[in-house]
Amino acid sequence: MTAVVVSGLTKVFNQGRGDEVLALSEVDLTVGDGEFVSLIGPSGCGKSTLLRLIADLIEPTAGTVTVADRPAAQARREQEYGIAFQQAGLFEWRTVRRNVELPLELRGVSKAERRAKADRMLELVGLADFAGHYPGQLSGGMQQRVAIARALAVQPPLLLMDEPFGALDEMTRERLQSELLSICAKTGTSTVFVTHSISEAVFLSDRVVVMSARPGRITASIEVKLPSRDEAGRQAPVYFEKITEVRQALRA
Amino acid sequence: MRRVLPPVLFGLLALVLWEVFVTAGRVAPFILPAPSAIGAQIVEQKQNIWDAALASGANALVGLIGGTLLAVLAALAASRSRFLGEVSIPFAAVVNALPIIALAPILNNMFESTSSVPRRLVTGIVVFFPVFLNLLRGLREVSPVHQELMRTYAASGWTFARKVRLPGALPHLFTGLRQASSLAVIAAVVAEYFGGLQDGLGARITSAAAFTAYPRAWAFVAGACLLGLTFYLVTLLLERLATPWKQRLIS
Amino acid sequence: MRRVLSVIAGLIAAALLWEGYKAAGDPEGTVLFGVRVLPRADDLSMPHLWTILGRLTDPEMTGGRPVWIVVLDACLFTLGITAAGFLAGTLIGLVLAAAMQRFRIVERGLLPYVILSQTVPLVALAPLIAGWGGTLMPPWASVSVIAAYLAFFPVAVGMLRGLQSPSAAGAELMRSYAAGWWRTLVKLRFPAALPYLFPALRLAGAAAVVGAVVGEISTGTRGGIGRLIIEYSREATSDPAKVYTAMLGAALLGLLVAGAVSLLELPLMRHRRHVEVVTL
Repeated sequence: MTAVVVSGLTKVFNQGRGDEVLALSEVDLTVGDGEFVSLIGPSGCGKSTLLRLIADLIEPTAGTVTVADRPAAQARREQEYGIAFQQAGLFEWRTVRRNVELPLELRGVSKAERRAKADRMLELVGLADFAGHYPGQLSGGMQQRVAIARALAVQPPLLLMDEPFGALDEMTRERLQSELLSICAKTGTSTVFVTHSISEAVFLSDRVVVMSARPGRITASIEVKLPSRDEAGRQAPVYFEKITEVRQALRA
Repeated sequence: MRRVLPPVLFGLLALVLWEVFVTAGRVAPFILPAPSAIGAQIVEQKQNIWDAALASGANALVGLIGGTLLAVLAALAASRSRFLGEVSIPFAAVVNALPIIALAPILNNMFESTSSVPRRLVTGIVVFFPVFLNLLRGLREVSPVHQELMRTYAASGWTFARKVRLPGALPHLFTGLRQASSLAVIAAVVAEYFGGLQDGLGARITSAAAFTAYPRAWAFVAGACLLGLTFYLVTLLLERLATPWKQRLIS
Repeated sequence: MRRVLSVIAGLIAAALLWEGYKAAGDPEGTVLFGVRVLPRADDLSMPHLWTILGRLTDPEMTGGRPVWIVVLDACLFTLGITAAGFLAGTLIGLVLAAAMQRFRIVERGLLPYVILSQTVPLVALAPLIAGWGGTLMPPWASVSVIAAYLAFFPVAVGMLRGLQSPSAAGAELMRSYAAGWWRTLVKLRFPAALPYLFPALRLAGAAAVVGAVVGEISTGTRGGIGRLIIEYSREATSDPAKVYTAMLGAALLGLLVAGAVSLLELPLMRHRRHVEVVTL
């Protein structure tokens, strides 16, 4: 089974109008099972558009998207993926626990099971003590962790993330990156991760996909094999080599 | 303590200054009675104030509840269609800028002027607009992130309304209700200036003023103030209970 | 444009509702449990719309001026009272807001009372202010006092929010320029407050109209539209359409004031963002 297969994907916004934009042109991408893939590129290169197409939040103009061997629309209805955005997008009127429970609630999961799962997810992101709080009482980093817990709550085989750490400070960012990696390792989740930070992409990913703008297309795909994904990994020569390689691919 | 002390001190100071100003300046009671004279009248008239406040309070409450229910239903209906929302918001905003209270004499003609219906109706109409406007704005305003998120959950229209739209609009509903609750009391009291049944605070104030019993009139005004304050505070309390996530932000 | 269209659509809907109810409703109204829950639909209580419009061109009394001129006259009289009250109220509101922004202690002590003053029906004081007319001031001015009282509040609260809206960074920047309180107010706080001020002024305008109409009625001031409503409603049994013409006048007054305030805002707000102002 492959987590995501994208082939010949083209997206045109405002088709047939004066302000027509070719956002993506003939994109092919495969994400293997348990693989962590980052999409990186300048703004306007269509990386968020690609993520939204995989999530079936928008319709492709041409080409196909397959998630877990199903068409994207069916995969969305069967909740084959969890998603997190740059803004946490929590519901301010729900407590932290009830925010994490929401996707389970919509799937008709029983109350007791819902609660147990939500608590487990909150423990995973280190927020077990804050289950009864409201989002307004949490810091930005904590809110983002709740959003990740919510994305993981249905234990999806695929995780889609659109610059989830973009609005956080560097320290919080690095901590959450490590947390995310350990969660993905524990649960065996495949991940598509949109970012504009080169170091973040290299540190997190098995493969960094570099995109260029106007029209959006994939220009390079760089395999990354760090000796370990921790502090030592951040110091390893191969880490810096890969950063240079991605930077050069972005300039090309 | 630091939050309570300045207003209390300020209030006491104002009362003392008022008393001194009136007694030392020999201000005629028809200009401004002394607080002590008003206080004495409040004690003397407390039964009458209570009865009149009950009558006005009942009118305000019936109008408030009726107008709110109607406004909520209308806002829910209007939020179902983009077109209705776009048309009704500016229209309601314009009507809201008109002196609706002046409808009172017409309503007195259309119904009996001896029943409480006209006063309650005018209160209901006055209440309708702020509640409708605020709630409809709240219902139409949904964050794009929430919209996308609910789409990834493949949530149906009804689920979306129940889980996102309605709870999200609740604070807006209460913003409208806060304004409406004090408007309801004002409308119920002032409607009596326009004629109709005369058993509430408004009629007591005018009749006391007509008999040049100014301290007594002020005593009834004080009763009206207490009534308005009660309505406002009860609405605040309901808001606290209904939207707990808003309050915890402060602590 | 869209606004005008929607208002016209609303008016047509209201007219259809009126005439529709007149055609379908019971002329004696609907009485449930001894309470009339739907109004009478006879010509005495709900005259036809064309009767009301026709009444505008007929003379007020035999041989008198046409009604529309009388109503327009009354509107202009009340407009003057409203304008005086609106200006006075706005001025007081602005000064209060500036004082509350400048001195924390004033804000702490005064703001609760400013808010309190709106939750209580102090417009009920109107009959008592009547005593001021003719002694302290001309009668029309006592009505303006009531209008001003209703108008000052939204301005004070909206403006305070606006004056407090600039970020700490903005205030620190002004401090680095060694600008004093007054220059910070003029250069930073006041411009920043404009988006808050205009919605507040709209509220104040509507409140001033209500204050003027209610004030005229309870002080018995002659010549204005509020007084006209009361006079005409007393003639309702013999001349039912007349009171509705006065009602149209009151609506016109409301529209005039709302329009005037909007005009004020147009040149200043062209490139500014709009904010919601909740005063209560």
